[in-house]
Amino acid sequence: MLAELPAILMLVGLAAYAVLAGADFGAGFWMLFARRRRASLQATRDHARHAMGPVWEANHVWLIFVLVVCWTAYPTAFASILSTLSIPMFVAAVGIILRGASYALRAELDLAPGRRSIENVFALSSILTPFALGVVIGAIASGRVPVGNAQGDPIASWLQPTSLLVGALFVATSSDLAAVYLAADACRLDESHLEDDFRSRALRTGVVAGALALAGPFVLRADAPRIWDGLTRDGGLAMVALSTAAGLTTLALVARRRFGPARVSAALAVAAIVAGFGFAQQPELLPGLRIDQAAAGRPTLVAIAVGVAAGAIVLVPSLGLLFGLFLRGRLESVSDASTLPDVAPAASPDRPSRLGALPLTCFVVGAGLLLLADVTWARAVGAVSLLAFAWPAFVRLAVVADE
Amino acid sequence: MNPTVETLAAAFAAVDQPQLLAARQMQALSFAVHIPLVCFGMAFPTLVLFAEWRWLRTGDPLYRALAMRWSKVMLALFAVGVVTGTILSFELGLLWPGFMAAFGDVFGLAFALEGFSFFAEAIFIAIYVYGWRRLAPWSHFLSGIPVALAGVAGSFFVIAVDAWMQHPSGFALRDGRAVDVAPWSALFADPFLWHLWAHMYFAAYVVAGFLVASAYAWSVLRGNAGRYERIALGIALAAATLASPLQLLIGDWAARDVARHQPVKLAAMEGLATTTRGAPLHLLGWYDGREVVYGIAIPRMLSLLAFHDPDAPVAGLETVPPAERPPVNGVRFAFQTMVGIGSLLALLSGVFLWARVRTGRMPASRWFLRALVAAGPLSVVALIAGWVATEVGRQPWVVYEIMRTSEAVTGAPGIPIGFATLSAVYAALAVAVAWMLRRLARTPLDPEARRAR
Ligand code: HDD
Ligand code: HEM
Ligand code: HEM
Repeated sequence: MLAELPAILMLVGLAAYAVLAGADFGAGFWMLFARRRRASLQATRDHARHAMGPVWEANHVWLIFVLVVCWTAYPTAFASILSTLSIPMFVAAVGIILRGASYALRAELDLAPGRRSIENVFALSSILTPFALGVVIGAIASGRVPVGNAQGDPIASWLQPTSLLVGALFVATSSDLAAVYLAADACRLDESHLEDDFRSRALRTGVVAGALALAGPFVLRADAPRIWDGLTRDGGLAMVALSTAAGLTTLALVARRRFGPARVSAALAVAAIVAGFGFAQQPELLPGLRIDQAAAGRPTLVAIAVGVAAGAIVLVPSLGLLFGLFLRGRLESVSDASTLPDVAPAASPDRPSRLGALPLTCFVVGAGLLLLADVTWARAVGAVSLLAFAWPAFVRLAVVADE
Repeated sequence: MNPTVETLAAAFAAVDQPQLLAARQMQALSFAVHIPLVCFGMAFPTLVLFAEWRWLRTGDPLYRALAMRWSKVMLALFAVGVVTGTILSFELGLLWPGFMAAFGDVFGLAFALEGFSFFAEAIFIAIYVYGWRRLAPWSHFLSGIPVALAGVAGSFFVIAVDAWMQHPSGFALRDGRAVDVAPWSALFADPFLWHLWAHMYFAAYVVAGFLVASAYAWSVLRGNAGRYERIALGIALAAATLASPLQLLIGDWAARDVARHQPVKLAAMEGLATTTRGAPLHLLGWYDGREVVYGIAIPRMLSLLAFHDPDAPVAGLETVPPAERPPVNGVRFAFQTMVGIGSLLALLSGVFLWARVRTGRMPASRWFLRALVAAGPLSVVALIAGWVATEVGRQPWVVYEIMRTSEAVTGAPGIPIGFATLSAVYAALAVAVAWMLRRLARTPLDPEARRAR
């Protein structure tokens, strides 16, 4: 059980990434492919961009989470996957750089020339990245990554039907999720033109994603029989059914403009696919490598469990706070400070006093310990004493008197 | 116990990789891009929070304008830090699968904890930067504190990995693979961690402080010497000029730890071929394979600095076979660059502190401002040089005296193509960022800031 726990955590992370980062990728997709309909093209692009503003970094971290849990808990599997699938992984990496950098640049460039080409880089990399990551999942699922340092075929391992299918499916579900979410945001903002546009986009991509998902099994049956088996029995089958049901429900809800519940069911449809993959993949992580064989030793697995539990105590409420503020539309970028409320000016000018004797003593003690002590803990105390001097000194030094 | 240790060891046996050098350079490039951004992640949030705190204390809207402007820069740099850091995590597997397969379970925990800090940082940076309007002033201030803490915590966890690579412990070896792993003590009971982290912490303030000061000094030189610029410059300079002299003390600690635990690295940093009692220190010069030529020798100084005893013996490169020595001139040049720049920055800081404390004013000389403009980029050079000395000085080992870099490298073809692509992407990124900064420098200040100055 302990050996499987990290795999379950990774699936949770993967599902969160597919839903949350997926919706952000999809927003990029719509910046490129949205044609002018009722709302203007620029309004559509801006709506897509603003919708992901505050949350994309947090959504991206789910990928990091999956990677680090993978290399800590199943180091040989991680090394085998990255070395054999180096091409699609590298493509995903380049996509991630271009996407993050163009997003950051675009935010600084309102109304400047060149912003359109930066938006296009952003949009293209938002399609490239999920596609490449889907290709990687497809290669793992179809058993084409042998254990070892670059033991698989550098090209044939990923240039094959299952990978292409999963890549396309990730792009399609992302665009669909994004259309649903953007329609929901437009509805909250009372932007009826945008709402209509994204509603019809959500319906159309919902059908496309559904069709891909239905075609999938036939591809898998021929190309990846093990996954096909897994998806057609027990837990795998249940998840396929759940995903189909949730997908149909989403279409119905979007058609009726019930966007709030549609957000949830669209997310469920995607998460269920990830869960189904998890069911179908076990018990082997890679061909000939069962999860329990790949797993790190017990102390490491316990440490991961402890670390994740401690992290969750901090992160779950923080994520709740972030998404609570975000979904209620309380996070916005402010360009003009003069429209903000002021705080009362101080009654008397606030001049810090001179540096007291205590910080100066800390400096002497800190320097002395660092130069003279020979054991690590004493030098560490020395470094802390230096900080106890540096902070008060900083506060006094940083206040520049008006001349 | 894992039944497959032997088979796995065979699957990850050392491969013949003709492109090892390209892989190492690709790794180095990616770090060199990431690490200056990291300095901003570690140090900048406190400067932003300081400005906001001044606003809350004095009600002076100029401080808020400053904090808002800086918070946007902070977010943009964070975003680039996030993506360049993601590339690093990919590269660990793409380039060094042998290393990851053998030791991922020993040091991986630190990266998992690092992941949680970055989660916290990403969450609260969003609340902070997008929350100016809707959060009450003090709640807004408080929402920035986790950003500052998480940046520092994140660096602690990554540095723990690097410290473990320099001074590995917490496992037993069987067939070249780690067994009986004790991840907590391997990572956090390591004496190397503390000097590396302390040195990096101060470096972050040196780099972020001087780079920001550079930007405002430039602006003042071009005639924008308003209140806004002066206050911004004051905050950045206070951080940089306090951190620089203190950094010398931490650097001395680092050097003494290296002397004790990695004598060969120290010998490479100083170009010392034979074990010497009362060893001299050489400034500049060139190591010709036997000794440093054309350098300025200071008798007994190396023994004094490394062991605080002018007669202490210092181990030379000869103590290990040639195949286990790092490339001497590269390490030595990097180390001298860091120490040289570090000393200049400390000198500049000393001049500033002396003038500032004695007269109570900011020095206004144009030469001082010009020196500041140069100090920013120089501090980045020192930062990267320091890391190069640390990491290249570890060669040929990826895990010191346990695993060679050549045993860690991938067997996949095409590394030069990846390296060239990444270089092109980063070059394009550098151009784009430079262009953006130029535009930002030209855009007028917020109406608020203009009104207040
Ligand atoms: C602005 C940056 C900066 C400045 C001014 C200095 N350093 Fe440094 N140094 C670094 C930035 C740095 C670093 C952040 O790049 C390194 C790499 C690893 C680390 O933790 O710090 C480093 C590493 C490093 C090491 C190697 C540690 C190891 O391998 O474990 C030594 C011995 C020193 N430094 C010594 C010094 C001395 C004696 C300095 C005084 C002049 C100095 N550093 C100034
Ligand atoms: C093998 C080495 C490294 C890897 C794999 C790595 C990985 C990462 C990743 C994945 C991120 C993005 C986190 C996110 O998604 O929010 C990141 C950001 C960051 N990294 Fe690194 N990193 C490495 C080296 C370093 C070093 C040497 C330091 C510090 C000394 C450092 C400190 C940070 C900090 C503070 C951030 C936050 C981003 C910012 O504030 O700009 N990292 N790193
Ligand atoms: C703290 C986190 C860091 C970790 C975990 C880390 C890890 C690694 C690894 C795994 C390698 C490849 C193996 C090898 O060549 O030995 C490497 C090489 C290298 N790293 Fe680091 N590194 C860190 C920080 C940095 C930083 C911030 C720099 C800044 C420039 C840097 C510079 C280099 C260089 C120059 C090499 C190539 C050395 C050579 O091949 O000669 N490292 N590092």
